[in-house]
Amino acid sequence: MVNISVNLNGVQLQNPIIPASGTFGFGNEFRDFYDVNILGAISIKGTTKEPRYGNPQPRIAECSSGMINSVGLQNPGIDTVVNKEIPNLRKFYHQPIIANISGFSIDEYVECCNKVDALVDIIEVNVSCPNVHNGGMSFGTNPESAAMVTKAVKAVTTKPVFIKLTPNVTDIVSIAKACENAGADGLTLINTLLGMRIDIKRRKPIIANKMGGFSGPAIFPVAIRMVYQVAKACSIPIIGCGGVSNVDDVIEMMMAGATAVEVGTANLIEPMTCKTIIQQLPNRLLEIGFNNIQDIIGII
Amino acid sequence: MIQDHYIIIQNDKIANNIYKMVVEGDTKVVISPGQFVNIRIEGCFLRRPISICDWNDKTITLLYKVVGKGTEILSEMKPLTKLDMLVGLGNGFSIKDSKVPMLIGGGIGLAPLFGLCRRMPQKTVVVIGADTQRSLFFVDEFKSLGADVIISTDDGSEGTKGFVTDAIKTNNIECDYFYTCGPMPMMNALNTYLPETVPGQFSLESRMGCGFGACVGCSIETTNGVKRICKDGPVFYRNDLRNECHKM
Ligand SMILES: Cc1cc2nc3c(=O)[nH]c(=O)nc-3n(C[C@H](O)[C@H](O)[C@H](O)COP(=O)(O)OP(=O)(O)OC[C@H]3O[C@@H](n4cnc5c(N)ncnc54)[C@H](O)[C@@H]3O)c2cc1C
Ligand SMILES: Cc1cc2nc3c(=O)[nH]c(=O)nc-3n(C[C@H](O)[C@H](O)[C@H](O)COP(=O)(O)O)c2cc1C
Ligand code: FES
Repeated sequence: MVNISVNLNGVQLQNPIIPASGTFGFGNEFRDFYDVNILGAISIKGTTKEPRYGNPQPRIAECSSGMINSVGLQNPGIDTVVNKEIPNLRKFYHQPIIANISGFSIDEYVECCNKVDALVDIIEVNVSCPNVHNGGMSFGTNPESAAMVTKAVKAVTTKPVFIKLTPNVTDIVSIAKACENAGADGLTLINTLLGMRIDIKRRKPIIANKMGGFSGPAIFPVAIRMVYQVAKACSIPIIGCGGVSNVDDVIEMMMAGATAVEVGTANLIEPMTCKTIIQQLPNRLLEIGFNNIQDIIGII
Repeated sequence: MIQDHYIIIQNDKIANNIYKMVVEGDTKVVISPGQFVNIRIEGCFLRRPISICDWNDKTITLLYKVVGKGTEILSEMKPLTKLDMLVGLGNGFSIKDSKVPMLIGGGIGLAPLFGLCRRMPQKTVVVIGADTQRSLFFVDEFKSLGADVIISTDDGSEGTKGFVTDAIKTNNIECDYFYTCGPMPMMNALNTYLPETVPGQFSLESRMGCGFGACVGCSIETTNGVKRICKDGPVFYRNDLRNECHKM
C-alpha cells in the first residue's frame, strides 16, 4: 500500500490533489465527470464582500501553452457563498473545503474570513487584489501589506489560514516570510502571472481589460522555482500551484517543497485531470521508489 | 454532458471556407438544437466550441468556418481520425408554439438553425445572411425541409443586397416568433428592427475557457442576473437580454 495522504497544518487530506480556486466553481460542474469526493480538498471560487459581475467581455485569451483570464473576481458575494454555495457543496461533497477570500480593503478581508470561518476547513487568502486605500497597489506585492492582511485575518479566524501569494513581485521570499511572521498557518503559491495578448488584425488587446492572469503549463517552471525558494526559507506548509497538469508535475511540485498541490487551468481543458492524477499517483510513486508520499516533500 | 472520443466519418468543404464534418459516437446527451461541442485539437491549448448542426442516434453533424489555427487544423483532418470532444454542452433552443416562426442565420451562425428547423412542427421562414454567393451553404437542405428560404448577401451576388433585415423588409416578412444565431452586429440589427412585441431566442457566443460552466470566462449580464453563455446559454430569450448584450 502506498500512502498518499498529507496533512496541511492539522487538516488531513486523503491525497494532495486540490482543484484551484476559480477553475472549479463551487464543485457542481464536475459532478458530470466524476465523484468529487475523491479529491483531497476543493478550493472554491474566490469570494468578495459584495457580489461582483467582474470584467467586460472578452475575458479569455489563448496562449501557446496556457491562457489569460480577466474574469475580474466574478462571484456572488460572501453572504450567498455562506448561505447557499457552501451548504449546497456540503450536500454532495464530504472532504475538506478551502474558502478563497479576496478583498479590496483589510476590513473586507476580515469580514469575509470571519463569516466563512465556521463553515470551511481552511481559509485561503488571495492577496493579489488591489488595495483601494493604497492607490490600487496589490496587498501581495509588499511584505508590510501582506503581513497586515495576515494579522488582521488571523485575529478573527479559528481555521488554518493560508496566504495565497502573487508571483508578480521581485522577491517572493521576503513576502512569504512576512506572512509567516505575521502568523500565517501556510502559504499557497502561485497565483497567475500578469499577461497580455494583442489581436494583430484588429490592432487591439484580445482581453477587454487589456491585461489578465496568465496560467497553465507555461507558468509551471516559475511556480516550481518559487515554491522551492519559499520552502527553503519558511517552515509552514505550502500548497503548490501553477501549471500542474499531470501526475509527474504533482510529484515535481512536492519535491520542490509543496505539501499539497492545486490543479487549476488543466481542469478547464481536461475535466478529468484531478481524477486521473489521483488514480496514477500511487503507482507512479512506487515506480520512482517511494511508498509514502510524505517522503518526497521538499526532498531536493 | 460527457467527454468522449468520436470518429470522423466525413469532413468536406461545402462552400467558401466552410466545412461539414460528421462524427460518430455517443449522442445520448444531445437533447436540443443549439447545444454545442467543445473540441480538443492537438496544437491548440483551449478547446474549440462548435454548434451542433444536427444529430441522430449515431452521428453529430458540425459545420465550421476556417478562421484561424484551430479550424484550419480541423479542416485538414481525415475520416477515421478520433476527436476528443465534450458533448451536450449548453441549453439550446426551445421550440415554441407560433404560427409564423422565422429563423435568421448569419454566416456560420446558420449551422444550429438546421437541427432546429428539422424539429419544428410548423412551416418556417429561414432568412440566410452571407457576405457573398460563394459563402452560401445549406440553402437546398433548408428548402428540402419545406422552409421558405430568403437570402441576403452583402454584395448582392444572391438575394437581397444588404443585411438580413433588408431581406426581411424587401420580402415583407412578418413573424410572431423568431430564433437567431449569427454575428453580434447582425443580431443587434435584428433586435432593433423587429417590433418589441415579437418574442424570440438569440444564440450568443463568446471566447470560452472551459465551455462547461467552471471558469465564468463567458459571463454576461442579463435581466435575470449574471449568466454563463456556455452553461446557462448559449441560447437566451429576447426579454432576458439587456440591449447591451447585443452590442458585445
Ligand atoms: C457556443 C459557440 C458555438 C459556435 N459554433 C460554431 C459553429 O457551429 N461553427 C463555426 O465555424 N464556429 C462556431 N463558433 C465559433 C468558433 O468557436 C470559432 O470560430 C473558433 O473557436 C475559432 O478557432 P480558431 O483556432 O480557428 O481561431 P483563432 O482565432 O486562432 O482562435 C483563437 C482563440 O479565440 C477563440 N475564438 C476565436 N473566434 C471565436 C469566436 N467567434 N467565438 C468564440 N471563440 C472564438 C478560439 O476558440 C481560441 O480560443 C462557435 C462559438 C461558440 C462560443
Ligand atoms: C479562470 C480562472 C479564475 C481564477 N480565479 C481565482 C480566484 O478567484 N482566486 C484565486 O486565488 N485564484 C484564482 N485563479 C488562479 C488559480 O487558482 C491558480 O492560482 C492559477 O491559475 C495558477 O494555476 P494553474 O496554472 O494550474 O491554473 C484563477 C485562475 C483562472 C484560470
Ligand atoms: S467558458 Fe468557462 S464558464 Fe463558460
